[in-house]
Amino acid sequence: MAKTIAEINEKIKKGQAVVVTAEEIIDIAKKKGISQAAKEVDVVTTGTFGPMCSSGAYFNVGHTKPRIKLGGGKVYLNDVPAYTGIAAVDIFLGATALPDDDPKNRIYPGEFRYGGGHVIEELVAGKDVRLVATAYGTDCYPRRKLETLINIKDMNEAVLFDMRNAYQNYNVAVNMSDHTIYTYMGVLKPKMGNANYSTSGQLSPLFNDPYYKTIGIGTKIFLGGGIGFVAWQGTQHNPNALRGDNGVPRRGSGTLAVIGDLKQMKPGWLVGTSFLGYGATMTVGIGVPIPILSEEILRYTMVTDSQIFAPVVDYAEAYPQRKPDILAEVSYAELKSGKIKIQNQEIPTASLSSYPGAVKIAGILKEWIEKGEFLLTEPVAPLPGVESGIVVKPLEERPIP
Amino acid sequence: MATISKRIVLHFPKRLTNEPIVYKLVKDFNLEFNILKASVTPGEEGLLIMELTGEQRNYDKGVKYLTETGVKIQSLSQDVVWNESRCTHCGACIALCPAGAFSIDPKTRKVIFDNDKCVVCELCIKACPPRAMELYF
Repeated sequence: MAKTIAEINEKIKKGQAVVVTAEEIIDIAKKKGISQAAKEVDVVTTGTFGPMCSSGAYFNVGHTKPRIKLGGGKVYLNDVPAYTGIAAVDIFLGATALPDDDPKNRIYPGEFRYGGGHVIEELVAGKDVRLVATAYGTDCYPRRKLETLINIKDMNEAVLFDMRNAYQNYNVAVNMSDHTIYTYMGVLKPKMGNANYSTSGQLSPLFNDPYYKTIGIGTKIFLGGGIGFVAWQGTQHNPNALRGDNGVPRRGSGTLAVIGDLKQMKPGWLVGTSFLGYGATMTVGIGVPIPILSEEILRYTMVTDSQIFAPVVDYAEAYPQRKPDILAEVSYAELKSGKIKIQNQEIPTASLSSYPGAVKIAGILKEWIEKGEFLLTEPVAPLPGVESGIVVKPLEERPIP
Repeated sequence: MATISKRIVLHFPKRLTNEPIVYKLVKDFNLEFNILKASVTPGEEGLLIMELTGEQRNYDKGVKYLTETGVKIQSLSQDVVWNESRCTHCGACIALCPAGAFSIDPKTRKVIFDNDKCVVCELCIKACPPRAMELYF
């Protein structure tokens, strides 16, 4: 009964496609059986809404009169520095960039109230942003200074380009030391006072397509409230991480690099975010549609929180010292119950990724497809899978002679 | 006579920070107090957050005394405000709050903030990643 993406798209155009979320499919497939559900359901939508640091945006701000070469100069957007090592009026702003005068962790723990992610959120909200630049001046680009307000609608291009998003699984962070620590996994209380995790579990895109059989380069997705595409595998893509019998990775594994026109995105789905004592970042909303091409694909989308396991890691010692030690493995069902038990100690859990946000994204994407507004794309190339042999490597330092 | 218990925020003007005001509440009005947070430096404006318990009549008299001396009184629940439009419903606040003022709705998994349980320790203000918790004094 194998279906093709072209056939599913025909049904979407006619408004006849059967679309359900990765939460809904669990009960549907249980009731109808795998074979019947695979026949009836055309698309399963997924979602995730969490802090994703390797995010950013590039802009072409247009040429001034007389011209200025920002490339090789310094550019600030609302005091947050942008990268200029590219052509004259192209710049890149990273989500974790901080103003030069931010005290950072000199006043510990630093607050990191405003960074690149906050600038992106304000741009998407249509707010004017201060662009302040200095340049070295050339014969063809004589200007050396620029101070202006700028709005996203006046830019030639504003493109969200995230090098690593939608991590397929992630650590559960605890703190085994005797003092509070401030991490990218949130504030961790001493003596395992709390445990933080950060995926949407059974709704997360890559948990529902663990071997990247449908998600590939060119896959059209929900990105930041608008439309985006999978551009490449994300950085640190690690398809050969330890997997369970169901194929689902038990460690941090696959990742996605994504791209999309920032001008059509929504500020509620790209949220400037601050981690006390750690830094600024951006919470990004992503949803990926999974075409139910076969029973095998459907079976992957049926995965539930109780079948997905994450490693518990000590962020006071093991993580910073890059030790491989794992305290335990826990399921997302346990994590979502509000407490886990490690070494006979009951620890309250919390998520940094928003499950209600993930539910909403999967719902919005479902609605777009049902209404015929969103067609599926055929990947132009697959993401590297297990067969690629790719394994993420640490940096082994070598002395410079 | 009914006993009541309220959590209040007291703002002391500079001139009162050297006065034994809380002592008077106990001695003259027979009120019990439990200090939740205090920031009092002689010669500067002071702030005291406490739970005040006693008979309604005495409580009213005590509050009247405070107001007459020049202390500004606010009810506590107004001070930490949850800006729901900024909240992403992640849950980073839940385990951090020592008073258990945050919980997760088991059905929707949305964050719930219970003002009445808040003791204004302010831990959530800076620990909230999208900074949805705001402090108003």
